[in-house]
Amino acid sequence: MTQVNRVAAAANQHINRNRPLTFIFNGKTYQGYEGDTIASALLANGVDVIGRSFKYSRPRGIITCDSQEPNAIFQVGSTQATTIPNPRATQTELYQGLTASSTNGWPNVDFDLMAGLGKIGGAMMPPGFYYKTFMYPQSLWMSYEKLIRKGAGLGCSPQQPDPDEYDKMHHHCDVMIVGAGPAGLAAALAAAETGARVIISDEQNEFGGHLLCSTQAIDGQLPSLWVKDIVDKLTTMGNVLLLPRSTVFGYYDHNLVGINERRTDHLGEHVTTSSRQRVHKVRAKQVILATGAHERPLVYGNNDVPGCMLANAVSTYINRYGVVPGNELVLMTTNDNAYKTAIDWHQAGRKVVAIVDTRTTSNGELVQQAQALGIKVLFGQGVINVKGSKRVKGVEVAAINAENHSVSSAISHYSCDTVASSGGWSPVIHLSSHTGSRPVWNDDIAGFVPGETVQQQHICGGLSGVYALSNVISDGFKTGSTAAQDAGKGDGSYASILPLINDPQEDPAMALFHIPHSKPTSRAPKQFVDYQNDVTAAGIELANREGFESIEHVKRYTALGFGTDQGKLGNINGMAITAKSLNKTIPETGTTIFRPMYTPTTFGALAGADVKHLFDPARFSAMHKWHLDNGAEFEDVGQWKRPWYFAKTGETMQQALERECLATRNSVGILDASTLGKIDIQGKDAREFLNRIYTNPWSKLAVGKCRYGVMCKEDGMVFDDGVTACLGENRFIMTTTTGGAAGVLQWLELWHQTEWPELEVYFSTVTDHWSTMTISGPNSRKVLEKICDVDVSNDNFRYMDWIEATVAGVKARIFRISFTGELSFEINVQANYGMHTWQAVMAAGQEFDITPYGTETMHILRAEKGFIIVGQDTDGSVTPQDLDMDWVVGKKKEFSFIGKRSWTRFDNKRDDRKQMVGLKPKDPKFVLPEGAQIVFEKDQPIPMTMVGHVTSSYYSACMGYSFALAVVKGGISRKGQSVFLPLSDGTTVEAEICSPVFYDPKGDRQNV
Amino acid sequence: MLLIHCPYCEEMREEEEFSPAGQAHIVRPLDPEVLSDEEWARYLFFRKNPRGLHHEMWLHTHGCRKYFNVTRNTVTYQIMESYKMGQQPSVTASEKGQS
Amino acid sequence: MQQYSGFGLLTHSLTYHENWQRVWNNPIPKKHYDVVIIGGGGHGLATAYYLAKEHGITNIAVVEKGYLGGGNTARNTTIVRSNYLWDEASHLYEHSLKLWEGLAQELNYNLMFSQRGVLNLGHTLQDMRDIERRVNANRLNGIDSEVLTTAQVQEMVPILDCSKGARYPVMGASWQARAGTARHDAVAWGFARAANNLGVDLLQQTEVTDIRVKDGAVVGVETNRGFISAGKVACVAAGNSGVLAKMVGMDLPLESYPLQAMVSEPLKPILDTVVMSNHVHGYVSQSDKGDLVIGAGIDGYLGYGQRGSFNVVEHTIAAIIEMFPIFSRVRLNRAWGGIVDTCPDACPIISKTHIKGLYFNCGWGTGGFKATPGAGHVFAHTIAHDDPHPLAKPFNIDRFTSGQLIDEHGAAGVAH
Repeated sequence: MTQVNRVAAAANQHINRNRPLTFIFNGKTYQGYEGDTIASALLANGVDVIGRSFKYSRPRGIITCDSQEPNAIFQVGSTQATTIPNPRATQTELYQGLTASSTNGWPNVDFDLMAGLGKIGGAMMPPGFYYKTFMYPQSLWMSYEKLIRKGAGLGCSPQQPDPDEYDKMHHHCDVMIVGAGPAGLAAALAAAETGARVIISDEQNEFGGHLLCSTQAIDGQLPSLWVKDIVDKLTTMGNVLLLPRSTVFGYYDHNLVGINERRTDHLGEHVTTSSRQRVHKVRAKQVILATGAHERPLVYGNNDVPGCMLANAVSTYINRYGVVPGNELVLMTTNDNAYKTAIDWHQAGRKVVAIVDTRTTSNGELVQQAQALGIKVLFGQGVINVKGSKRVKGVEVAAINAENHSVSSAISHYSCDTVASSGGWSPVIHLSSHTGSRPVWNDDIAGFVPGETVQQQHICGGLSGVYALSNVISDGFKTGSTAAQDAGKGDGSYASILPLINDPQEDPAMALFHIPHSKPTSRAPKQFVDYQNDVTAAGIELANREGFESIEHVKRYTALGFGTDQGKLGNINGMAITAKSLNKTIPETGTTIFRPMYTPTTFGALAGADVKHLFDPARFSAMHKWHLDNGAEFEDVGQWKRPWYFAKTGETMQQALERECLATRNSVGILDASTLGKIDIQGKDAREFLNRIYTNPWSKLAVGKCRYGVMCKEDGMVFDDGVTACLGENRFIMTTTTGGAAGVLQWLELWHQTEWPELEVYFSTVTDHWSTMTISGPNSRKVLEKICDVDVSNDNFRYMDWIEATVAGVKARIFRISFTGELSFEINVQANYGMHTWQAVMAAGQEFDITPYGTETMHILRAEKGFIIVGQDTDGSVTPQDLDMDWVVGKKKEFSFIGKRSWTRFDNKRDDRKQMVGLKPKDPKFVLPEGAQIVFEKDQPIPMTMVGHVTSSYYSACMGYSFALAVVKGGISRKGQSVFLPLSDGTTVEAEICSPVFYDPKGDRQNV
Repeated sequence: MLLIHCPYCEEMREEEEFSPAGQAHIVRPLDPEVLSDEEWARYLFFRKNPRGLHHEMWLHTHGCRKYFNVTRNTVTYQIMESYKMGQQPSVTASEKGQS
Repeated sequence: MQQYSGFGLLTHSLTYHENWQRVWNNPIPKKHYDVVIIGGGGHGLATAYYLAKEHGITNIAVVEKGYLGGGNTARNTTIVRSNYLWDEASHLYEHSLKLWEGLAQELNYNLMFSQRGVLNLGHTLQDMRDIERRVNANRLNGIDSEVLTTAQVQEMVPILDCSKGARYPVMGASWQARAGTARHDAVAWGFARAANNLGVDLLQQTEVTDIRVKDGAVVGVETNRGFISAGKVACVAAGNSGVLAKMVGMDLPLESYPLQAMVSEPLKPILDTVVMSNHVHGYVSQSDKGDLVIGAGIDGYLGYGQRGSFNVVEHTIAAIIEMFPIFSRVRLNRAWGGIVDTCPDACPIISKTHIKGLYFNCGWGTGGFKATPGAGHVFAHTIAHDDPHPLAKPFNIDRFTSGQLIDEHGAAGVAH
């Protein structure tokens, strides 16, 4: 197909006719040029219907040339990994081989079977119709829903993971300028000339903004030359960062600006030379919003027929892309400005049928210019209806009375294939409202402008309602220098001289949004307000009649503004229609608040590099490679990867656990305990500090001794535990749970800094400084003796002592503490010697068949001893007393330590609290499921009265029976009694409450 | 996202370096044992939760690891001041006529 | 009340939908109401409806400073479930879920309650123990709930990354089939319409500036439209509850935090259930319109700004990609924030107060939407009888003194 609508090169065009590109749309191959968007290329090729509407399946064409586009929403990409759902054709740059398709329409957009249904069913689908039906019978809703879901949605998610990468950059600057149109460029230059660090970004591929589609001379030259001049100047300055193809998607508190730079999307589908997109997070001292204004369409009958477009979009396609999107134009306008479109059309050599001006008159320069070109101008009239289905065939024009919203003359018919409309301009206030600032209505420009803000924000140009180009540029200079001054740069003046610009004199515009029809709105042809959601003027009026009067209600009830353009195209018109129907002013109906994202932003870009293994970087001990080489399965504990168990070839997990347990109880096992949190605590008041933080006393712990401690929160509930050793009179090393380490350090610092700063105590986290390996079992001493330079006999090295020694040639701290109940030595060496020491221990232990074990065996062995694991046997609602651990609570401590006071609260003194006990299943081979709920009475109807649950449960290879730890209401005084566990398979098993200490209750084994 | 001045580092840093730590200037009762349950509950659970100026603690978690105080407006999220532990705020609600 | 039905739509289409009745009126405030409910969100409107329907109290005003359903009702991620851990909470949420199941028919308003099921993923051994514990408790409380294996999860959600190579591999999940989502705005509108029909006055754009108390009993409220006398005043103002409490010199153990949510652009159906992960810290469902509706954890600082910090959005989206790598090229359309009022034990307050005739329903944290009908139902009972509904009793305000807290932190986490 040829580019039937491409016209001869005009001077200001921004396409490269020497670089033709082929692309595929809906299976057909077309040609465009470098510099085209998909939209401009499709219009060049005379493609009218590019999609179907969501609710009524009506044929739809391209309406805009920018982020307002509601219809040209495509699926772009040719593979299931690289396809992108929902980019706008108007913002997607063409590249060689681009593949795109419409997102709605079945079997295709030209022949859509749903359209018939849309015509018939459409009448039954006013806004909110779904709230009024599909209710009976209730059981059928899920089936209805399936159908509704099928019809909804735009594009398809990729089906395969994204092959591209994304990254982020952080910046600080003096002045951040959003938008590189005339105002933004002028501001950037003025700010940069003060020496301020400046960043300027623009969503388009080229800087220039509105000037890219303008023919208005600056200094007697094409506007693009002025743009080039400024951009060249900025580029040579070392203090300016220019970011084209970079959309500011969010403006956040304290002047944080989020920018998404599209780095490769214009080059191809999957480009590996750089990250695909990059999010820049800019902290700016001052932000200048120069986001310009969006043209508003007018709302009239059948205004969605392909060929109905925004006036400025038509001009853009002509002037920027050399595409005239039709042959015969009718322009409807409320203002002088849009006359440019008719003039552009005329100068491109195609026919302007008429300009329909809703005002009674205008003598503006552009009006005169159009009339001088022989263009027919119809004042006081409006296009009340469009004829045609897949392309505009003609319009119905009549005199209108805006005041009482009526048609006041007979209808004239005009043949045409394009209707351009302009209802004036709306400042692009989106970013300014992201930080909570409420826009305010400005009657002069009939639009919202940014309201008061607490941000360091400046606005200029179109955003502030300044539209004449010379004013826009001078506003830009002024704002740029002021912002720089506010950032501490320059004196607020600027050197640049305003270029010579001849702004045409314009007569006042008319504040008109909705063109009346000879029939009432409810009976008139559909007048679309928000195209993407098929929201019509009739729908909005119906919502108002039904009582949805707040603009927020109207939006939510009709879905106005909920499309992917987020109401850019339709919100103001919707508000105007609501205001009129409620006899209020627009600001009285409310305001329109925009949230991030300004335009949709790729998930991958927001995540940046924090995906896959960097999502939450894993922590590994120094012995990790050994574990990998020796068949470990790993368990995630906090951020750590800990060996869970070491299965030998052919072993099941249970077999491995039994082997590991028996080896440890009968000979010697070894555990990598490096992940336990370690906090070095020093200072003359360290001991007193521990007294206050732990529940047990620390005053008398001698140097060289270790002690187990429990910490509670101030509500009296256990939150961490571990062994703390006294390294010196004023120095302790505290161990915490693996997952709790960071939280405990923060807890210690909190109390020290906020409540007890008078205590001289210092904390440093040393978890990563040490590699820790625990050898446990009756032969552990024999292993240690082989590689240790110190006498570790029971006489010389007692249980709960620690010593310094050399192990395998490495300086070590050895703690004689035991979490298994066996004779145990915890060897700590500097982390970098961990692997060496581990291997030496393994070699020394070989003759005893030293067996590495993981967290699961550790859990079994400690449970046999009734030792708790905080977080598994406790859940934040358990006191030390509930754990039957009153022995760990200091009775004579002077200071009312953390948690103590809460235990005397009424509820914490009850003796029917859930208390920790052991459970022995009646069937000694049956392992109770962890998490099983416990009841006292076996045969109860549901809901049952639950009295506790199983927290830990294992089969003990050493004892030859299964056992569990549990919390049971009043359990401590119920030992010997039976409880029942109704399981998920429908069976109920019985177990006996017993002491939680199953193995070696006297503790002899650890003391040998 | 907030930009917070750490009074110890004397630098403006990203919110991500810090952890919020709740209402500031709550003093732990010197002798908890003499408090009634109501008084103890008040200390444990009841906070001012103002709509407006709030004195709150932050921890410079990924920095100097110091807790400090911040006066912040909970509606506009503006930060009026940050000051060291043990110091008193210079901006208070009554001056601003806010609750 | 004009009955809604498909047939009605057909007949109204013949008259161009010109004759639909108003869904609610805009009355002038009366001088006196038996009950004034402060807060016209889902909970307040449900309270009004059940007071009128089940307790015969119809001289009620719902006073709303903005528009009906404009607070957290309009801002949440619409998940409805009842598989909570602790008995007290699960009974209340299950009561609510049962009401949800017939609510569209009762209100004659399609709330699009979609029982598409909710998966709570487990990624660690402790996650799975917690899931087992919760599911067992649910089962014995008569709440449908089961534990799924990784293979079952993968079969149910083929696009979820269940591989062992994931940073936190999926080890299983809890599954509540009766749980799902609902159209959030419709819930407020449905209750409002039904309450309006029973004679309740819905006073929008009416802001309470003071609560007047005399001799230890509430006598009415000052508003921007004048004084309104009331026999009883019920506060259902979510994030603004603390502000109301201060009017009568009361403190509540509440803190108000920003909670953010976000949606993607609409997609063709790709995800049929709700998938939640506390560990990876994100959750997602797909709305009937096709948006991926994504929730985040709360921001940690107090905030009434209805917005939170951008880094929460970044982390949440990273979590979604971690679970669903295929969503990486999908685009985020909009992110916003609500104000959630949370109690220290992550459970609500439904309570009488020391002031006669003054009641509070607040502190729902991230659980408010799903509780809408249930909370309204038990709160209405509590107001009507001046005595807590049995299901509301554990949620009285005295628990903070006694220590009888109901700790739902484990069950709540980020995810709702």
